[in-house]
Amino acid sequence: MSSDKTTVDTTKAGTAVDAPPAAIPVVDPRLLVREQGFRGYWTEFVRRVKGGELGSMPVIGALIIIFIVFQVANDRFLSANNISNVGYYLAGTGMLSIGLVFVLLLGEIDLSVASVSGLASAIFAVFTTTHGMNMWLAVLLTVLIGVVIGAFHGFFLAKVGVPAFVVTLAGFLGWNGLMLWLLRKTGSLSIADKGPIHLVDQTSFFMGSDIAGAYILATVGVAVLLIGSLVDQARRRKAGVPFRPTSEIILRTVLLAIVSYAIAALLNNANGVPNALVLFLVVLVIGDFVVRRTTFGRKVFALGGSLEASRRAGISVPAIQMAVFAIAGGFAALGGLFIAGQTQTANSQAGSGNLLMLAIAAAVIGGTSLFGGRGSIWSALIGGLVIQSIQTGLDLLNMDTSIQYMITGAVLLAAVIIDSVSRRTQRTSGRA
Amino acid sequence: MSATPVLALRGVSKRFGAVQALTDVELEVHAGEVVALVGDNGAGKSTLVKTIAGVHPIDEGSIEWEGREVSINRPQDAQHLGVATVYQDLALCDNLDVVGNLFLGRELLRFGSLDEVAMEQRSRELLDTLSIRIPSVRIPIASLSGGQRQVVAIARALIGEPKVVILDEPTAALGVEQTAQVLDLVERLRERGLGVILISHNMADVMAVADNVHVLRLGRNNGTFEVKTTTNEEIIAAITGATDNAVTRRRARNPEAAK
Repeated sequence: MSSDKTTVDTTKAGTAVDAPPAAIPVVDPRLLVREQGFRGYWTEFVRRVKGGELGSMPVIGALIIIFIVFQVANDRFLSANNISNVGYYLAGTGMLSIGLVFVLLLGEIDLSVASVSGLASAIFAVFTTTHGMNMWLAVLLTVLIGVVIGAFHGFFLAKVGVPAFVVTLAGFLGWNGLMLWLLRKTGSLSIADKGPIHLVDQTSFFMGSDIAGAYILATVGVAVLLIGSLVDQARRRKAGVPFRPTSEIILRTVLLAIVSYAIAALLNNANGVPNALVLFLVVLVIGDFVVRRTTFGRKVFALGGSLEASRRAGISVPAIQMAVFAIAGGFAALGGLFIAGQTQTANSQAGSGNLLMLAIAAAVIGGTSLFGGRGSIWSALIGGLVIQSIQTGLDLLNMDTSIQYMITGAVLLAAVIIDSVSRRTQRTSGRA
Repeated sequence: MSATPVLALRGVSKRFGAVQALTDVELEVHAGEVVALVGDNGAGKSTLVKTIAGVHPIDEGSIEWEGREVSINRPQDAQHLGVATVYQDLALCDNLDVVGNLFLGRELLRFGSLDEVAMEQRSRELLDTLSIRIPSVRIPIASLSGGQRQVVAIARALIGEPKVVILDEPTAALGVEQTAQVLDLVERLRERGLGVILISHNMADVMAVADNVHVLRLGRNNGTFEVKTTTNEEIIAAITGATDNAVTRRRARNPEAAK
């Protein structure tokens, strides 16, 4: 992202009037600086691929392949209803992935998120069904419990020094056990389909399936990008620092507009945009802001880059670690409620199976490195899209669970291999 | 050079268990002065620096800041006084860009969110005033050469507008060109009126930029020399603790090498 903005300095020297002649940055001839215009995008693209900065390229390639393969195998795959399904089901796992992105940025891992999500659905069911608590209050309490559980994991990592892998592995077992204990009498508890749970069930759509809903969302997204980019450009121009050229802003806006209006039109062919997906997108935007635009996010990246450097810069390392695990716990609980909303039950199977692996795979496939310090919240969306497309596609083909597990395993392995190889390439070309 | 030193250590001692690391050490740094701290391995240079930086509190003696006695118990105390330390192993985050590293831990905010524009602008100004040449302030530290990283690390120490900068072996891993760049930078710090404490094993560097050389030997002061009026041999003698030692014997045998 950041290197996108480095247009050639020397051409800007004329505009930066206050800079004395000696201060004009002399560009190292070995340093590759992007040329102007569309040719520049191509040379930049080639350099990035060679340097291992693949970003979201492998994912988009994988998505296209997945779409083609499943569409060939079953022509209902790209139908409006099926895409709507993909969009609906990716939200639950995606919530877990958002929390995991924070943890992965630290260079740590949280193996407990699936168990915590299952526990959250059980706790929520006990609160509302057994004790008749207000649904919204129960949501708040459940997420709070998730946060406390996460902070508890973080405490052992930050203050006691136990590796996160071990702490969260213990959590993986322990919280699953607690959930089974809560559901020991009945095996499952039903949850009333109202309030927040109705909001994330499969029959709930943005603006009640009004055809305008999807287009309003698409318009808001495009407008926010365009206005944000133009405001940023104006500020940068005024401050005399390199800014994105207008042509690039227009190109990006047009690309986003094409994609979002196409998806809006497609979803309108079904029932509109599922509310679960809308909530997920809102959380993604907030998460992205936190990661890229706040001191907290900057500190998370710093810890992922170098613990010692962060400590010397005066960052309270334990506080950030605990906060990140608390965030992961909170998102796990939230994801658990989304998943409970899919069936309106809390059962003893919740959070078991391959949910954990899918959540981790989504974050890694989306381009967040397992090695820390590199990634984006949006990987929860694009990785989740890949994972959910495979799941839905295999369901459509009536594949056995055994085959599903094997294929998901292979995809996770492929994602980790790409991560490791690109990191090695980045190191040899001096970019990591 | 002002009469009152910015930083003065009076009779500082430091023990680690049975090891007496520093004994009655005296050190004075004035504004606009480069003080070189030299000594053999284990002479106590790093320990002395860490006492000033607040990593190890002193056991005995006192530290004076601009003439009044202060206590430095934590790294934050030193930072608040205006002591910035650039450690030997670079404390930079490889994955963050130059701006991110320069402002790490003291980011500029605008409406509660990071003010990237202002940080980028100030980074460029700072690097320009120090004549530091970095291709772009928006590339990750990983893409920079060792020398460029070192100057970024030094520039970073200046963001908090310190009065004393401690450089721990800033040229240890650098090539000829990069060493010259760092030495230029040290001189520019002096011109800006900062007190600089330079730790180095490289006598050529010390003689090139330092005003005064403090020699430590076995945790004690072993002489203070003014660079203008001293020779390499005198300092080496003080470092090794004798005029008759392997180095001088070698010089005597082979006068060519002495030049």
